[in-house]
Amino acid sequence: MSRANLEHYLAEHPFFRGLHPKDIEWLAGLAQPLAFEVGDYLYREGDASRDFYVIQEGLIRLEVHTPGRGYLTIQTLGPGEVLGWSVMMPETRKTFDARIFQTTRLLAFDAVAVRKRSEEDHHLGYELCKRFSRVIGERLQATRLRLLDLYGQPH
Amino acid sequence: MVNLISHTPRPDPMLPRPFRVARAIRETADVVTLELEAQAGQPLHFMPGQFTMLYVFGVGEVPISISGDASKPERLVHTIRSVGLATEALCKLRKGDVVGVRGPFGSCWPMEQAKGSDVVVVAGGIGLPPLRPVIYHILHHRKDYGRVYLLYGARTPSDLLFGEELKRWQHTLSHAPGASPVLVTVDRAEGSWDGAVGMVTSLIPHLRLDPAHTTAMMVGPEVMMRFTIAELRKQGIPEANLYLSMERNMKCAVGLCGHCQLGPQFVCKDGPVFAFTQIRDWMTQKEV
Repeated sequence: MSRANLEHYLAEHPFFRGLHPKDIEWLAGLAQPLAFEVGDYLYREGDASRDFYVIQEGLIRLEVHTPGRGYLTIQTLGPGEVLGWSVMMPETRKTFDARIFQTTRLLAFDAVAVRKRSEEDHHLGYELCKRFSRVIGERLQATRLRLLDLYGQPH
Repeated sequence: MVNLISHTPRPDPMLPRPFRVARAIRETADVVTLELEAQAGQPLHFMPGQFTMLYVFGVGEVPISISGDASKPERLVHTIRSVGLATEALCKLRKGDVVGVRGPFGSCWPMEQAKGSDVVVVAGGIGLPPLRPVIYHILHHRKDYGRVYLLYGARTPSDLLFGEELKRWQHTLSHAPGASPVLVTVDRAEGSWDGAVGMVTSLIPHLRLDPAHTTAMMVGPEVMMRFTIAELRKQGIPEANLYLSMERNMKCAVGLCGHCQLGPQFVCKDGPVFAFTQIRDWMTQKEV
């Protein structure tokens, strides 16, 4: 993807849409395109949170290993979704494994650089925090709905 | 306002007709599909979305959506989950057993109004059977519709219904080579499950639709449908194009007893399929 196309992609992406063009330009410069094959791990439980990711193509499973039950899938994430909201907090570690389930292309954004820029430019930092808050809210809502066990037997 | 009420002539609505079980299919641990044949008289013609009252003699009568193909009325198909006395008895029926059938009752899915538009079908849990006639109808008239998506959420992989048909529909519903019109997700997965894990609403942002010209039809727990509607609205699908099937305590099925009243509507007679705009203000009323 050319630089111009990447900027256009970010400007149109729901997570970044509405950011100032200079911030889009900066983020496009920061973005590292990565590709993974089925079975690869994007990261493992306990790894430092070094990046956040925008999935362009593929499917990633968030898993946790449970003795006696093997790997349990917490959630799957697909094209367009943002992974790694914890990067806005320094020195956090990954709480799940992220395993590639379908050949995946994604953009990685360096967490230290994002936090540093956010400290220097609070407007951008606030905008990113709002966007990550929306991601966290959506994940929390989805988790709550699943806790309701809506499809289970009525009691 | 779209008219969803069927004009199919029907016999005495209070008189059960005897139907014999031609085939009983165990779908999951607690779900069975019954294929019924009329013991005498005409087959029961119906429209996608309608339901019948199934009477297990000596046990009770329950409303069950028709899950079969409306173009093949000689086999009346219902998919039933065992949740109470009558449904448990229905799930235990075997080939040759006889049940009473009243109906068909209620409104139908807006298949005519949806012609020419993209269609999103959203099913949660046991909500897939009432939507299966929609899929059959679309398959019989595939050129009348644009892109079609079936989004299906279940509790676990072992709770998924119609597994073989889901695989077939992935190809037969497709609007273009490589398209994936059937998207399935489960709440919890272990072992060999190779699909998505998460709420059915999480599938909606991945769809490629023409929102202004998309019709959505959904069945599932009301909470699921409320969140589905919110997500579909977020994608730009107009409120007027959203349809859902409601479940209430239906007893008489003809709007006499009032058990299924939802505000000014009777779910048995005016529903179970409603335009969202018909019942929007009543869905969040806790007292009804």
